[in-house]
Amino acid sequence: MSPRAAWRLESLGFTRVFDYVAGKADWFASGLPIEGKQARIPRAGDVARRDIPTCRLTDRLGDVLARVQATDVTVCIVVNNNGIVLGRLRTETLDADPTGSVERVMEAGPTTIRPDTVLAAITKRMQERQIDSIVVTTSDGRLVGVLYREDAEHYLDDFQPPTEGGL
Amino acid sequence: MPTEIHRDEVRRLVAGGAQLVDVLPAKEYEEEHIPGAINIPLKQLNRQTIAQLRQDQPVIVYCHDYQ
Repeated sequence: MSPRAAWRLESLGFTRVFDYVAGKADWFASGLPIEGKQARIPRAGDVARRDIPTCRLTDRLGDVLARVQATDVTVCIVVNNNGIVLGRLRTETLDADPTGSVERVMEAGPTTIRPDTVLAAITKRMQERQIDSIVVTTSDGRLVGVLYREDAEHYLDDFQPPTEGGL
Repeated sequence: MPTEIHRDEVRRLVAGGAQLVDVLPAKEYEEEHIPGAINIPLKQLNRQTIAQLRQDQPVIVYCHDYQ
């Protein structure tokens, strides 16, 4: 649709016309703001914890363990220099040989969701599959945070949908 | 010929004054759109509806995605 609109604008005399081909799906999947009625629906990005420890493939497990123990989370996300998610470490794997490398024990290519994933839907799926946490990335694979099921459940329990017209 | 751009260029151009146009039907626009975008559905794109656009500023159009 947008390519046709772009060409039409040129035929109407516009000389600087750009086509954002990936569209609003790409925009929202990268965690950028949304306007409109759907903007009020809770999304994964609203609740994901952003202060998640990260590490590199060549980091030593002993160093990573110290970093994770300084937080209250149970995972460390493996990223490259561009912030692209390559793997995940859970705290139990960090008890391995402290001189070992992250790459040797990490869970490669973890399942990820996008920040605009509807929170209620993903929470239901996590409950059904007994998943405690899930990595949230942009459509480019860049780390946004980690969504904990417990956080999502608390958020949804407290969430009051806005009424039409307001009070 | 229109230029295809990616997300980062959209942000840069909009920051520089480019006009953002959502060409989806009005109902879809009301549900969700990129902040700052105006709605001119493709079916209504004509000389009357584009009068609200400035000719001296870039225009960026978008729809849902590649489909």
